[in-house]
Amino acid sequence: MTAPTTERRHIVVPPGSVALRLENLSVWYGAHQAVRDISMVIPERSITAIIGPSGCGKSTLLRALNRLHDTTPGARVAGHVWRNGIDLYAPTTDPVWVRRHIGMIFQRPNPFPKSIFDNVAFGLRVNGYRGNVAEQVEQALRAAALWDEVKDKLHANALALSGGQQQRLCIARALAVKPEILLMDEPCSALDPVATMRIEDLMRELAKSYTIVIVTHNMQQASRVSDYTAFMLAGEDRIGELIEYAPTREIFIRPRDRRTEDYITGRIG
Amino acid sequence: MAMDGVPDVAYTPEAARLAVVAERQERIRRTLQGGLAQDRRRRIRESVITGGLFLAAAISVLTTAGIIYTLGIETFHFFQRVSIVDFLTDTQWTPLFTEKHFGIAPLAVATLLVSSIAMLVSLPLGLLAAIGLAEYLPLRLARVIKPILEILAGVPTVVYGYFALLFVTPLLQRFIPNLQVFNVLSAGLVMGIMILPLVASLSQDAMLAVPQSLREAAYALGATKLEVVWRVVVPASLSGIVASFILAVSRAVGETMIVVIAMGNTPRLSFNPLEQMQAMTAYIVQISLGDTPHGTLEYQTIFAVGTTLFLITMVLNLLSFRLLRRFREIYQ
Repeated sequence: MTAPTTERRHIVVPPGSVALRLENLSVWYGAHQAVRDISMVIPERSITAIIGPSGCGKSTLLRALNRLHDTTPGARVAGHVWRNGIDLYAPTTDPVWVRRHIGMIFQRPNPFPKSIFDNVAFGLRVNGYRGNVAEQVEQALRAAALWDEVKDKLHANALALSGGQQQRLCIARALAVKPEILLMDEPCSALDPVATMRIEDLMRELAKSYTIVIVTHNMQQASRVSDYTAFMLAGEDRIGELIEYAPTREIFIRPRDRRTEDYITGRIG
Repeated sequence: MAMDGVPDVAYTPEAARLAVVAERQERIRRTLQGGLAQDRRRRIRESVITGGLFLAAAISVLTTAGIIYTLGIETFHFFQRVSIVDFLTDTQWTPLFTEKHFGIAPLAVATLLVSSIAMLVSLPLGLLAAIGLAEYLPLRLARVIKPILEILAGVPTVVYGYFALLFVTPLLQRFIPNLQVFNVLSAGLVMGIMILPLVASLSQDAMLAVPQSLREAAYALGATKLEVVWRVVVPASLSGIVASFILAVSRAVGETMIVVIAMGNTPRLSFNPLEQMQAMTAYIVQISLGDTPHGTLEYQTIFAVGTTLFLITMVLNLLSFRLLRRFREIYQ
């Protein structure tokens, strides 16, 4: 990929390497608008971090990318998310198909109360995978750097694992269905520093073959792992907006917007 | 130190220090004493409360012990006069006739048959109702429907009995001409309707307790609503669902009014639900309402039947504990 040049809200990337193109995306919870008019381009095989203070709508934006808001009563999304010329919010697009291609890791590890094996195999089974499930499970666990720790206890309950292991299990579970994009909603906020570092190393490894969008309130984490950073902020009306979006180095070294600078230097938030 | 020329003996630095120490010690002593008094009052209050709670617990334990004792002693007397082998293997139950037989089979089969029919109605319907309430219906609609369903549980069982006898049986007779006036089928169907809200309500509670994060995890993997319900929510709440089933079975086995009114009072061994039979509870009612003298063999039969009923429910409860431990999925 050639070095991208920046505009305020768009990163210019060569055609064909765009993972997602967000167009005027807004989200409401009931009558309250949570996120307003977000347009941005997420490049393929890279890590894009979304940062901002609590309540700025970063998680809300992330959950709009795999149509998870469809499962929340009262939530409504307007705008478009394009992937390879398909609008994920077109009436003809099946949300189940969207989620099959765009996986998600949540803030708290949420393994199913089943065995380690069944957790990873879950996505394969619901997607009607016909083939060697055990092989796919091993592959996913290896990709999530968990295989060596659990290979002797695949049929033990997943909840017996430590928090960091559970989160890597959730990553393995998401990887097993072979998504193209991984959404991560503050994946390390419930983990200790050692477990956090392992997940970050894993993310760098995964970015070679996946597109990762990570929401984090931890600016050091964003600067450590991400290639691009988007800064969001909620105004007086408590509606989140995209303030600035650029390659991570630029955001942290030469932010263009005063509010971005205030946030990354710790003056707000 | 001297002031106004008067030597103040007490006011040396050393004396001042001692005074301060003494004062502090006095203060500590008083505080401790006050605290001790307070402590004593608190201890007395605590022991009164503990005693009261213990008494309340003891009453229920003693009542249970009393019931078991009464059942046991009369059952013991019964089995001194009737062999336990006859009780378990004889196919006739005629303690009121001149030619007496004491086989529990006709009563037990009737009870199990009517309970099975009730479970065949209430398990699938109850589980589906619970899934609908917990997962599919909009919350606002579920809040309206659930109380309506729970009204079913508040209907007196005598009403259900006459509902079975005067409404369900005539209705079924249109389709099944050889259905007797008293029969197991309509009693079982109506009993199923009666325990349906129990199954639905408890199962729904168990499903609502499954954390939303598990549902989201499944959705994010490309699961459909149906898959989320059957592969995540139901397995995760299985312990609660099984518990509601077992509770419903115990309720059905012990149910009395419906079987007395709609099922008949003839103890005969049969597996045909279109005929009349006598359930164990119905037999106990029949004897206790009659003029059977205390201490006779006829009188003791109801304790033997009661003990059998008690053992059946106990086995069911033990079974449910084992099932729960085996299938339980614990979530955080």
